[in-house]
Amino acid sequence: MSLTLAADSTTSQQNWLEKLGPGQIILAVALALYPLAASDFFLTQIGGYSLIFGMLGLSLMMLAGYGGMVSLAQITVAGIAAYAIAILGNNNSNILGFGWPWWLAVPFAVLAAALASALIGWISVRTEGIYTIMITLAIATATYYFAQQNYAIFNGHSGYTGIRAPVFWGVNWRDPRPFYYLCLGSAVLSYAAILYGARSTFGMTVQAIRDNPRRMRALGYHVTAHKVFAWFLAGLVGGLAGVLLVWFNGRVSPGTIGVDAAIDVLIIAVIGGLRHPIGPFLGALVVVLMQTFAIDIVGAERFNTLIGLVFLVIVFVSPDGILGLWEKIKPHLTQESLRSGP
Amino acid sequence: MTRGQAWGLVGLLAAAVMAWPVFAVWPDWLNAILISKKAFVSAILNGITLAGLYFLVASGFTLIFGLMRNVNLAHGSLYLLGAYIGYEVTNRTGNWLFGVVAGFVALAIVGVAMQVFVFRRLEGDDLRQTLVSIGISIVAADLMLAVWAGGTYQIATPEWLDGALTLPIITAVRSNGASVFLTYPLYRLVVLAAAIVIGVGLWLMLHRTRVGMMIRAGVDDRAMLQASGVNVHAVFAIVFAVGAGLAGFAGVVGGSALSVAPGEDVRYLLASLVVVIVGGMGSITGAAIGALLIGLAEQIGLVYFPTYGIVLTFVIMVVTLALRPQGIMGKAR
Repeated sequence: MSLTLAADSTTSQQNWLEKLGPGQIILAVALALYPLAASDFFLTQIGGYSLIFGMLGLSLMMLAGYGGMVSLAQITVAGIAAYAIAILGNNNSNILGFGWPWWLAVPFAVLAAALASALIGWISVRTEGIYTIMITLAIATATYYFAQQNYAIFNGHSGYTGIRAPVFWGVNWRDPRPFYYLCLGSAVLSYAAILYGARSTFGMTVQAIRDNPRRMRALGYHVTAHKVFAWFLAGLVGGLAGVLLVWFNGRVSPGTIGVDAAIDVLIIAVIGGLRHPIGPFLGALVVVLMQTFAIDIVGAERFNTLIGLVFLVIVFVSPDGILGLWEKIKPHLTQESLRSGP
Repeated sequence: MTRGQAWGLVGLLAAAVMAWPVFAVWPDWLNAILISKKAFVSAILNGITLAGLYFLVASGFTLIFGLMRNVNLAHGSLYLLGAYIGYEVTNRTGNWLFGVVAGFVALAIVGVAMQVFVFRRLEGDDLRQTLVSIGISIVAADLMLAVWAGGTYQIATPEWLDGALTLPIITAVRSNGASVFLTYPLYRLVVLAAAIVIGVGLWLMLHRTRVGMMIRAGVDDRAMLQASGVNVHAVFAIVFAVGAGLAGFAGVVGGSALSVAPGEDVRYLLASLVVVIVGGMGSITGAAIGALLIGLAEQIGLVYFPTYGIVLTFVIMVVTLALRPQGIMGKAR
């Protein structure tokens, strides 16, 4: 009896490994070993930062790719989590700061972000298609101006400073290496959850709603509820990214959730590709690398022109981003190898 | 009494109720609630004149969207570029009117170029058009920053537009019995008048001319318009020229009343978005109503609940979406 059970578990394990495929396993190992090779700068400023923005892009990708709802408000959702951490935890700004421990503040912050995301979703799903971009952009911009004007909750223009990643289990999570692993863990968790969720009944339903909402409504599905719940889930990912972002920066201000940042998230997701959850992480890596090294090419001043032009080229040449480019090139590569064979 | 007469009477009564707080001398308790009559009436007037400016920007946005299904998120950049061009031309020639004309013409040309070289290539792909417009707005904002730096400019208005006008509105009565009348900047009233004239002009163009007929037909059914032998691309180019030109015109006019600085593009993009969401896509009347609502909400919010002003705008948008997702004057599709 026990033997059969063990055999069962090994086959399921094999299936699980096979399902992942060699590409993802190599990637995971490489990412886990990355700190051995990288300096502190590459670990946090490139590694951690890319993973955080990749998660933000991921929360946009799951809405846009699976749900057909392109949101420009994901940075707003992350910002709500970041502000919640500043308000519920400790900050140096002498305003609010309830001093909650991290294990209480983080779930609350992520939940607040998810609820805000669901609310934004509920507002925007009343209309369809291209309207979603307009409404979410309006919400993101309005929130930015509100945060800037309001001193009672958001502390106006200066925002909150002195927010620290916690110290627990004997580890100071602000140090480069632990922080990198924290980001990596969260990113892998979100990535795996979305890959799994996309194949779940709920994920399938959302994709079916994307393709034909009228038919799904006729089949008896509650289209609005499914969409709003998808927004809620995207809010969880975005909120988690927001928590990491505020720990990374140590501060949060209206600039964090500005229109530039909202558009950056869209750029990351589009450059990477909206078809697969790995896309946003690729896009984030490309954008962060460009951000860091563009100074040598065009100077720090004109970085936005460069990124804007790259974005325009990607939208014109390959609507599916880098992933789409890869899909285009791949058949050619395999054909080449066939031809070069004997 | 017929139904029409009854409604007319109700309308007159409503107008009288609305007019009373503007023209009557306020009792003390009302002054106590609303700070002062001067503050209240000024907020209303500021709101209406701001609405004029918003209408100028948003009408182009709504026309372009209505006809081409193109959410042009670079519309705010068009406004800012118009303002900068108006500033340069006014400074070089010393004539404000040249600046206004230059703002309109230059941006009309830019608009046609955008339509012909960019958006036409992506026709039928709403999402990519929108993404491209975002890309353009990023590059445009950065290049404008490179040329004009981060400073704040003010376009000089001509002398005949300076000064204030005394309105026949009594704000208070002094103890010696003399009435204090409200004075208001002449320029702002001229902006409002210009917005009204342009609004009426747009309406006439859309409803009384052949091109307008084509545009309206295109808004309703683009494929059918094309099938009946109309050069749709020429119509698109005209609409883009008018829409972008109006944004440039508004840039110069608004840059004279307020100021020109980086970041204004986002502000006017937000205004256009909300005005068009509230008013309804593709409707000039809707843009006027939306602009009035948002302009008033913004200015009244500024006076009565300063740090929560933007929430009022937001609430208007959410309520509209909840009750009428297609906007006040929008058609359900």
